[in-house]
Amino acid sequence: MRLQFILSEIGLGLRRNLSMTISVILVTFVSLTFVGSAALLQIQIGKMKDDWYDKVEVSVFLCPQNSSAPTCASGEVSADQRADIEAALASPEVKPFVEHIYTESKAQAFTAFRKQFKDQAWTAAVTEDDMNSSFRIKLTDPQKYQLVADVVSGRPGVEDVQDQQRLFDKLFSVLNHATLLAGGLAAVMLLAAVLLITTTIRLSALSRRRETGIMRLVGASTFFIQLPFMLEGAIAATVGALMAVGGLWLGVEYLVSDWLSASVNWIPYVDTADVLTVAPILIGIAILLAAVSSLVTLSRYTKV
Amino acid sequence: MIRFENVTKVYARGARPALDRVSLDVERGEFVFLVGASGSGKSTFLRLVLREERASAGRVFVAGKELGTLSSWKVPTLRRQIGAVFQDFRLLPNKTVFENVAFALQVIGKPRHHILTTVPDTLEMVGLAGKEKRRPHELSGGEQQRVAIARAFVNRPNILLCDEPTGNLDPTTSLGIMRLLDRINRTGTTVVMATHDDEIVDQMRKRVIELSTGELVRDQSRGVYGSDR
Repeated sequence: MRLQFILSEIGLGLRRNLSMTISVILVTFVSLTFVGSAALLQIQIGKMKDDWYDKVEVSVFLCPQNSSAPTCASGEVSADQRADIEAALASPEVKPFVEHIYTESKAQAFTAFRKQFKDQAWTAAVTEDDMNSSFRIKLTDPQKYQLVADVVSGRPGVEDVQDQQRLFDKLFSVLNHATLLAGGLAAVMLLAAVLLITTTIRLSALSRRRETGIMRLVGASTFFIQLPFMLEGAIAATVGALMAVGGLWLGVEYLVSDWLSASVNWIPYVDTADVLTVAPILIGIAILLAAVSSLVTLSRYTKV
Repeated sequence: MIRFENVTKVYARGARPALDRVSLDVERGEFVFLVGASGSGKSTFLRLVLREERASAGRVFVAGKELGTLSSWKVPTLRRQIGAVFQDFRLLPNKTVFENVAFALQVIGKPRHHILTTVPDTLEMVGLAGKEKRRPHELSGGEQQRVAIARAFVNRPNILLCDEPTGNLDPTTSLGIMRLLDRINRTGTTVVMATHDDEIVDQMRKRVIELSTGELVRDQSRGVYGSDR
């Protein structure tokens, strides 16, 4: 009896305020889509970091024969200079962050070079002496790049220090800014959603003042009086959240999985499984929104 | 059943009290008329019993509970022991007679079978058998008030509070309502009725409590409406 009664009350309330209900659904849908997008962007960044940070190295290019770099004034790197650089990399302030160092000779660099550009005519003019020998350093923590670079760059015999991670960091910073943007929009929309849910619940409570008045009079508990209103808000918000999940799922499935990963396939992308990971969070936020709005409103409009 | 000990109620700070040091006792099963001019404090008295208001000073006891110290989550339990009827009926226009009465039981979580047996019994008792499917606007004023009384009484409360229940009704219809309230009183329910209707008070010869500008000026068993008669 109770459950049936509450359900019919909820149905009545939702239908009576249909346009408000729809607007609550739409606002939560849009706001949670932004929240979800922000979350997916972060997951995307995480995936790329996992995938790429394992592979990135700091490359210390040593001077070749005819380099114009000031640190290469003495010509090709000498054995002394080389030993000097190795000693610097083995020094106590750097050593803990270096996982291992791999030395690439001129000959190896030349072979790799020829392999990479084997069909191109201009490579014929390049000789082994044009190649740099180099140290390829794998770091235990890729974030500590600057420390290693500071130690070796500028030393005689070092032409250039390159960190592949820097390239990625630019991309990550773009994605992080996109996350911030989505997050900011989400915050504004969430505020709008709270206000809208509050208004909707208030309207609903006012339009049923006669009923709630009688309920209070005959001794219905406060919880029982407020429950239909709370559930109304929660149901509308949850429908909005489900739509947001659906929207994100479609977006990921058709934009990312089908289109983006077909055209740029060397990046690991978020997939629909990640959307499902985000889904409970979105639904949770929706319910939280509705709960907060209900608490704020109902204490004022249906008090005993 | 109802006991007021030096009860004062002030709505706005500095204003004249709506009730001024009122003390009285209403025993179980009594029928009491509450009379007095508009603004004399009759409605405030009823609101205090329902714990819609709290006394500013003094103590109110209803059904053995001191309402001043009653925590708000226990208020619904208190109200389940009190029925209330008003001048304006307060029925739900989009519900049938049956649904209006059943509503009072549904919202306090009574089981379906209980509702299906109790509601028809109560409707028969108030003389509305056969009109279960009507809506309030299809009924006369007297019949609407009977629905309201059925709703107030369907949970068999110990106390029935009536705030000018005959205020909107013609004398003949009012008499019918009074007979019904008398019958309810005979089942052991304490009835407190605020009214302006001197004919009814004079006819019924029940206890009369008169309030004037918030003060208790008369408490007379088997009394009449006007104190000068």
